[in-house]
Amino acid sequence: MLDNSLSYVTDDGRTIGGVVMEMKNITLRFGGVVAIQDISFDIREGEIRAIIGPNGAGKSSMLNVISGFYVPQEGEVLFHGKKRPPMRPYEVARQGIARTFQNIALFEGMSVLDNVMTGRLNYMKTGLFSQALWKGKAEAEETENREVVERIIDFLEIQHIRKTPVARLPYGLKKRVELARALAAEPKLLLLDEPMAGMNVEEKEDMSRFILDVNDEFGTTIALIEHDMGVVMDLSDRVVVMDYGKKIGDGTPDEVRNNQDVIDAYLGVSHD
Amino acid sequence: MAQMQTGAQGMQSLPALLQRNAAQFANAPAYREKEFGIWQCWTWSETAKEIEALALGLINLGVKEGDFVAIIGRNRPYLYWSMVAAQAVGAVPVPLYQDAVAEEMAYVLGHCGARFVIVGDQEQADKVIEIQDQLHQFEHMIYLDPRGMRKYDHTQLHQFSHIQDQGRAAHDELIGELNKRQTKLDYDSTCVMLYTSGTTGKPKGVVLSNRNVVQSAKNSAEFDHLTQGENILSYLPMAWVGDFIFSIGQAYWCGFCVNCPESQDTMMTDLREIGPTYFFAPPRVFEGQLTNVMIRMEDAGALKRKMFHHFLAHAKKVGGDILDGRPVGLMDRLKYALGNVLVYGPLKDTLGYGRIRVGYTAGEAIGPEIFDFYRSLGINLKQLYGQTEATVFITVQPDGEVRADTVGVPAPEVEIKIDDSGEIHYRSPGTFVEYFNNPESTASTKDAEGWVATGDAGFFEEGSGHLRIIDRAKDVGKMADGSMFAPKYVENKLKFYPDILEAVLFGNGRDRCVAFINIDLTAVGNWAERNNIAYASYQELAGHPQVLESIRSHVTEVNKSVAEDPMLSGCQVHRFVVLHKELDADDGEMTRTRKVRRRIVEEKFDDIITALYDGSEQVSTVTEVTYEDGRKGSIKATLTIVDAEVKPGAVHKVAAE
Repeated sequence: MLDNSLSYVTDDGRTIGGVVMEMKNITLRFGGVVAIQDISFDIREGEIRAIIGPNGAGKSSMLNVISGFYVPQEGEVLFHGKKRPPMRPYEVARQGIARTFQNIALFEGMSVLDNVMTGRLNYMKTGLFSQALWKGKAEAEETENREVVERIIDFLEIQHIRKTPVARLPYGLKKRVELARALAAEPKLLLLDEPMAGMNVEEKEDMSRFILDVNDEFGTTIALIEHDMGVVMDLSDRVVVMDYGKKIGDGTPDEVRNNQDVIDAYLGVSHD
Repeated sequence: MAQMQTGAQGMQSLPALLQRNAAQFANAPAYREKEFGIWQCWTWSETAKEIEALALGLINLGVKEGDFVAIIGRNRPYLYWSMVAAQAVGAVPVPLYQDAVAEEMAYVLGHCGARFVIVGDQEQADKVIEIQDQLHQFEHMIYLDPRGMRKYDHTQLHQFSHIQDQGRAAHDELIGELNKRQTKLDYDSTCVMLYTSGTTGKPKGVVLSNRNVVQSAKNSAEFDHLTQGENILSYLPMAWVGDFIFSIGQAYWCGFCVNCPESQDTMMTDLREIGPTYFFAPPRVFEGQLTNVMIRMEDAGALKRKMFHHFLAHAKKVGGDILDGRPVGLMDRLKYALGNVLVYGPLKDTLGYGRIRVGYTAGEAIGPEIFDFYRSLGINLKQLYGQTEATVFITVQPDGEVRADTVGVPAPEVEIKIDDSGEIHYRSPGTFVEYFNNPESTASTKDAEGWVATGDAGFFEEGSGHLRIIDRAKDVGKMADGSMFAPKYVENKLKFYPDILEAVLFGNGRDRCVAFINIDLTAVGNWAERNNIAYASYQELAGHPQVLESIRSHVTEVNKSVAEDPMLSGCQVHRFVVLHKELDADDGEMTRTRKVRRRIVEEKFDDIITALYDGSEQVSTVTEVTYEDGRKGSIKATLTIVDAEVKPGAVHKVAAE
């Protein structure tokens, strides 16, 4: 299914495969406001793909198009080479796409463990009735899923807050729990909406390391939006730069960094 | 095994003890570790197999007799096995502090010339890789947790489980060699080499023989009647002699179970789940727990709070006496029993001390109130005095003779003498063999008859025969007027206040004393919250006028109590500053075991000390700080200097003579 002709091996030994998702001439309007204007780019298997841009550039809208939450008025989204019809969120999740949110969206009253377990929903096959009785299959299934979740808890080093209600956690940890929940779905494509927003330097470093490890250990394809240029340039394989709903750059961090349009968008340009 | 014997004669090494345990306590738990939320368990016979596989793997990898094998990581069964496996193949295990930065590791690894390094995870592996060019003898590294390691160059790098697999595969071929090497081990062969963190100068490698370790473990286990049924929680640094003795020496001697926490942050939860019967912690752990309990009680309901304070007051009155077996009235006993059901029992359970039989604290002085708090609950908390060179034990407190201000009587088979200058010397079966590659230091520490100078000044109390420690001998000085300067004595008094984390006293050769103080962020932060005091950073909180005022009142109280001591009344604090940063091992201001490096602090904050003496009211300073990853930055601050009230030391001139 994948076109592997593009595949290559990165400097640090990861294999980047063919195109997983392709955006073709996407235009998204909210009434008269054009949020995204004629943007095309692709995401390849196993890569870390960043979308950056100044405030209001349309990054989050773009992520919502990728996740299927917004349906663009023009253009098409190809997933594994096939045109993707409008879908409900659970259908998107079943296709192997998981995401985190810019404004944390966890169940505040539930423990970290329970929150992460919700990420396994798509793997729970037993019905409501047998789950309530918790006999036989349901029990075995929960044990199985709990094991996956425990591995993720171990991976993200959140053992110490396993039983803590999410509401009691500081911001940086909540972000990590969100990542854990997304990972629990064992996604093929992970979408991260500003995973580092509002974090201090140390938390950012931790999060960067986790993102790299997720990509490396599980081979998860990651698309992320981020403000912090330094972090993005260190993390990503390729970067799309947006400004006022348009794509102004696309390429490796080095290419993007030297792109005059990008420099102008970020630093401003004198009009004389 | 062929050379299996009964009695202590045959038990002259850790591998020999392991064989005995595997035969005698085959199905009893030897190690537990919480992983993936579940306590995983290994019995003694499983442990013996794991260690054998690893030992064979090490031989297969080329470990020779006499090689040094460095071990770096948090407390995990695998790393404890590594130490025993290293010994089994005739190599010398050298555990390192896992929070050491790369340069510190470079020194130690270079000094012992380690050919092999076993690390816990990527973080440690990266540090070794960073410095490996400086290490000429380094050959192979073995890592435990494969996470993040996949894309590393594996020519010199091996996964722990693969080494064990290779060992199992080569079993028939190499078992003869392993048995031959194990049989050679006796009381005189080296058991372990531990680097002392050293409050001054470079770390020194203390060589401990099997005699040191096995004999010390045996004596101390008999002293406290430790049995095979004990459970301990191993969470203190593996490079520290105490952990080596408790988690390996005594564990192998008695055959009890070593439990490893899931991660550093889960230690308190794991402690509660395991409920150790034998426990060791430095005073700061007990202090931290007590502070936590008190903070949480503030938030409890009125009834619970009242009950808590009522029964705690009763425990304070009679609890210690009941524990020590002194006569206590029937009514008091009944009330204590009721308190045990309602308050003490549940509290002990919450803290993880529900099953504790013997608890020890050492390393630093513990505040009498903290000490008495735990004892009054019925927890048999005791103190011991020891050092790496003694294989821990110099003095210990026997049951029923426990006090906060002494460190007990000489441990079994330990002889102690105090020289004219007041320095404590000892001689025991635990006395170390030598400092590795450092005959000068060995000679200056240990004399021909085997007496070791501790560097601590102290005296035996008349009547009880208990030892009391005054201070480090080299830190004890004289003030300008000739009276005694013993900084630790005053610092400990200051540190007993929950608000004060650390204090450093200056005044050697001067006419009066001044002090640096670090506030305790947990305690002071909580206080600030309850009093609606906003603060943005440690620095801001440390400089808050109300904080300074409350610290000043503590200093005044300490001065009052210091003034009562005729010998030390000159050590009262005249002026002090609350420092803008915590003293930190990463900045070299403290050792990894959290002891203040006085000289370095003195040099580094020279400008502040000058200001303390020249009468200025404020001082501006820039301090370099090192972040955890080794990068450097600096903090600027303007500190307010506070004058404290001083009591006239009436007898102070007389005492000086």
